[in-house]
Amino acid sequence: MGLTPSTASSVISLHINGEKHQLCVDHRTSLLDVLRENVGLTGTKKGCDQGACGACTVLLDGVRINSCLALAVQYDDREITTIEGVDHPLQEAFVRHDGFQCGYCTPGQICSAIGMLAEHKGGAPSAATEHLSESDGELSDAEIRERMSGNLCRCGAYNGIVAAIGEVAR
Amino acid sequence: MKSFSYVAVSDVEDAVRAIAAEPNAKFLGGGTNLVDLMRENVERPDVLVDITRLPLNGIEELPDSGIRIGALVRNSELAAHPVIRTRYPMLSQAILHGASAQLRNMATVGGNLMQRTRCLYFYDSASPCNKREQGSGCTAIGGFTRGHAILGASEHCIATHPSDMAVALVALDAVVEVRSEHGTRRIPLADFHRLPGSTPHIETELAPDELITAVEVPGVPVAAMSRYRKVRDRASYAFALVSVAAAMEVRDGRVSAVRLALGGVAPKPWRAHEAEEALLGAPATEESFGRAADAALASAVGQGDNDFKIDLARRTLVATLRRLLTEGSAA
Ligand SMILES: Cc1cc2nc3c(=O)[nH]c(=O)nc-3n(C[C@H](O)[C@H](O)[C@H](O)COP(=O)(O)OP(=O)(O)OC[C@H]3O[C@@H](n4cnc5c(N)ncnc54)[C@H](O)[C@@H]3O)c2cc1C
Ligand code: SF4
Ligand code: FES
Ligand code: FES
Repeated sequence: MGLTPSTASSVISLHINGEKHQLCVDHRTSLLDVLRENVGLTGTKKGCDQGACGACTVLLDGVRINSCLALAVQYDDREITTIEGVDHPLQEAFVRHDGFQCGYCTPGQICSAIGMLAEHKGGAPSAATEHLSESDGELSDAEIRERMSGNLCRCGAYNGIVAAIGEVAR
Repeated sequence: MKSFSYVAVSDVEDAVRAIAAEPNAKFLGGGTNLVDLMRENVERPDVLVDITRLPLNGIEELPDSGIRIGALVRNSELAAHPVIRTRYPMLSQAILHGASAQLRNMATVGGNLMQRTRCLYFYDSASPCNKREQGSGCTAIGGFTRGHAILGASEHCIATHPSDMAVALVALDAVVEVRSEHGTRRIPLADFHRLPGSTPHIETELAPDELITAVEVPGVPVAAMSRYRKVRDRASYAFALVSVAAAMEVRDGRVSAVRLALGGVAPKPWRAHEAEEALLGAPATEESFGRAADAALASAVGQGDNDFKIDLARRTLVATLRRLLTEGSAA
């Protein structure tokens, strides 16, 4: 794009779950709304639309973000993974451990957990990390709770969620 | 949300030219604060200049053993950087205690410094607010003030600055590098955010046509012995009621170097110089910590709902120093 600002909408390409989509988006549209309304992938949920619940979590080039605060136009040409594109042992583990009740937060929980496991594997610390200079601590329940704190569950299935993630992580 | 046009820039010259060309343009970083405020019609730009593709995403070590952080470095990346974790652990901790992992993956260093207050009345366009609309009044004063300031407020605005990262940075004497078409300036972070006075709508020294390009942190040996402590309404994913960034070195039982700053209590990241002066050279004891905390809060004024913060800040400061003394650094 050049220096002349484009008008109210732009044409962008998104690679979603391995498939390329060319879309004309109003600049105001969030990535969340594009996924749900324009592409028809309704697995990603809208809880708060303010970055405060995590229901809209998707993976952007493998990194977890909140799609509700992401303007779609900003993500031209990027790789997005939504729950529809996920095939991961976490899914079975959530079932085994009762990691959900109504299920509304679950797509966000699972995408977030996938991103979280990659962050931990890459040595990223968290607010629960005792010694910041030692990177490869095990994912304790306290670490999982802190690292997953960006995903709220209104049904309170937290114990099951932590158990499911812990089983896959350890 | 108002309709707006969008331009993505790939070099700094284009970014500052684009912002200067349009009076009502704004830079777009991670969007985690700006998009939220645009949805509430608090921010109403005509143009967004997307700066996330600028080559300002590096973290470099400086010859004075300081560090230069590009303005587009993501919060998560900065917190995880090995040099930050070992030389400035309170900075890593401050970032990790803010927002959520998803938000930290999106948020940029420049955007974090520029994020606006979480005062509920500022967000609610039906309430008069001097920060949102100059001269309209302050609904918070006499309203619900649990989250508001006890230091540095004015009769025109009592909002707090919400950043955790900036609290650690101000204790470290960080310097903000900014750029416009007219050149580059360096602004100490301590002077970057303004106190509200009678102009709460002007929040920083940054001119509307200036881009933050980097933040530089000098070599601060005592910072290796540091911790950040945050008190909030739940264990994670909430803004600070009170927070403390503290670095302290003790030699022969006396405090030989110290850095202290407070968050959640003031309109800007609050360097506690009086507390540092009270502590420097004093015996590293509970008594000295208490005196330092008293000095930090000597001019504190409550607004009613937030009166509790004065004592809470005092106790949090003492507790952070005590933990540094007994358990050492967070590194
Ligand atoms: C639910 C929630 C909880 C949060 N909790 C916390 C918390 O506990 N602690 C905390 O510290 N923060 C918290 N945050 C705030 C978060 O840290 C900020 O939203 C984030 O740091 C902003 O960065 P950004 O890159 O997304 O900024 P943007 O939203 O892109 O921009 C914010 C502002 O900065 C300007 N800007 C951005 N980059 C530059 C630049 N380089 N030069 C000049 N201007 C620039 C923009 O024009 C805009 O005005 C929370 C946010 C949410 C949504
Ligand atoms: S405290 Fe400041 S931001 Fe809040 S309503 Fe008053 S003027 Fe507005
Ligand atoms: S819908 Fe995005 S965080 Fe709640
Ligand atoms: S399962 Fe219902 S919100 Fe989490």
